[in-house]
Amino acid sequence: MTQLALVIDLNVCVGCHACVTNCKEWNTSGSAGALADDNPYGKDPTGTFFNRVQTYEVGQYPKTETVHFPKSCLHCEDPPCVPVCPTGASYKREEDGIVLVDYDKCIGCRYCSWACPYGAREIDEHQKVMKKCTLCVDRIYDESLPEAERQPACVLACPTTARVFGDVHDPDSDVSVAIREQGGYQLMPEWGTKPSNHYLPRRKNHVSYKKHELERVDNPLKKEDYQVDASEPSLDDVTSW
Amino acid sequence: MQPAFSVIFLTTLIGMGQGLFLALYTGQVYFVLNVVDKTSTDIFYSIGSAVSIGLLILGLIASVFHLGRPERAWRAASMWRTSWLSREVIVLPAVMGLVSLYGLVHFMGWNLTVMTIGAVVIDLSLIIGLFATIAVFSLYIATGMIYACLKFLQEWHSPLTVINYILLGSVSGFTLATLIAAHKQPELIPFFAGWSIVLLILAFIFRGASLMRNKRLRPKSTVQTAIGIRHNQIKQKSMGFMGGSVNTRDFFHGKTVFFIRSIKFIFLIMVFAIPLAMLIMALFKPSVIILTIATVSMYLGLLAERWYFFAEGNHPQNIYYQTIA
Repeated sequence: MTQLALVIDLNVCVGCHACVTNCKEWNTSGSAGALADDNPYGKDPTGTFFNRVQTYEVGQYPKTETVHFPKSCLHCEDPPCVPVCPTGASYKREEDGIVLVDYDKCIGCRYCSWACPYGAREIDEHQKVMKKCTLCVDRIYDESLPEAERQPACVLACPTTARVFGDVHDPDSDVSVAIREQGGYQLMPEWGTKPSNHYLPRRKNHVSYKKHELERVDNPLKKEDYQVDASEPSLDDVTSW
Repeated sequence: MQPAFSVIFLTTLIGMGQGLFLALYTGQVYFVLNVVDKTSTDIFYSIGSAVSIGLLILGLIASVFHLGRPERAWRAASMWRTSWLSREVIVLPAVMGLVSLYGLVHFMGWNLTVMTIGAVVIDLSLIIGLFATIAVFSLYIATGMIYACLKFLQEWHSPLTVINYILLGSVSGFTLATLIAAHKQPELIPFFAGWSIVLLILAFIFRGASLMRNKRLRPKSTVQTAIGIRHNQIKQKSMGFMGGSVNTRDFFHGKTVFFIRSIKFIFLIMVFAIPLAMLIMALFKPSVIILTIATVSMYLGLLAERWYFFAEGNHPQNIYYQTIA
């Protein structure tokens, strides 16, 4: 079984929104037609986005940290949005675990968006059908693209490699290793949706040492009870002219 | 959640239509079993069934306004194995068909005796009515389960949701039956009014229980579980965009606490207090006006009740959409 997913490293995300922009650009240019985008430069801009970068402040001033938090569909292994769909437009692909919407079958009843605790589904107010992140299914299998570019648009755009794409069911894939070795976690685990996308936490490298570790216990000078007489010039003092 | 008027009208109208049919059929069963000595005339049954069908059709029309692509609505019957919405889409036409047939059999006077058990004569309409009753209860359950099955909408995720859809739909239908009786067959008023009062008290107990339960609920999802950071002080500084989106419009009612509380007060008065007083009055001094007040007050109150029900649902996705930078 394959389960394609993203691993998002909160330790390196700088909140530049490049993934948001590239996602919108790729997905508004695809064969499914443009994504809704009203008054983009006007008073009340609104539109459909598959990916957003949010910003949180953790802690209380002055001990605060800013966390940039990208959020898109998590392609749950047990997606609550799929069984509620009355038409079967919402489905999870057997072959790679991507959760998709068949835009030709969707009746736009919004029930699946009620059934997603993450708010990952947005109705396209022009086409009147539900839309969501496709994990760039129209890129990742496109053999006309160079192999290195067969990745979701958001992953390609990320300047800090905060987003890694791969198969989380393959224990040796980059994403699985990252999840395992760097403490990858899932969002809202309380609902049992088993999101496939994982997040890597903030990590800090602390060097911890104890005082006795700074002093050499088996210092030979100590052993021979050798005292340096500071009043007399040492060899260094004599020679350092 | 942001209450959608299409769904408010759908659930209240079909709930009332189903309740009206249940009222008619209850009366017939009581008469057949010799519990009461008066039964509705065929005209009363036909008019009642016609009104019930009318309400179901109005509900169906209201539901169309909820769909982005109503021309594809027929597809909604396909996923009945997993989706309560799909089950509702299948059962609703079944209820409409069976209630129409029930009304037609009465209207045409096809009193065909199917069998006799002792002194009890079971005719064709009684059999059709039995199937219609099963369909009506299935529809109530399907409608309620659409909301009750969403486990992270904790306010809805309870058997009380289904019970309340059944009880509130039934009581509005029985009250409407009492009003129709006042027009067509005043001798039936005590029977329907009595049942309405019993159902009203039951509905009050269960709706009250649901209000009390929801008041004490604690959200399982917090900003900590939403972004997975273990710290007691987390504030959103930006939700990622400065305009609106579906996420900011569809999932929150945007009203003040005072407004919400007023709606609760209004529906408690209009659904329970006023109709109860009117129905008790109708037992002693039946009049069309009193029962019209009871029915209209109850229906308008149910619109407020349903609005409150939707607004009360607290969707965890709102955690992600708190602050515009």
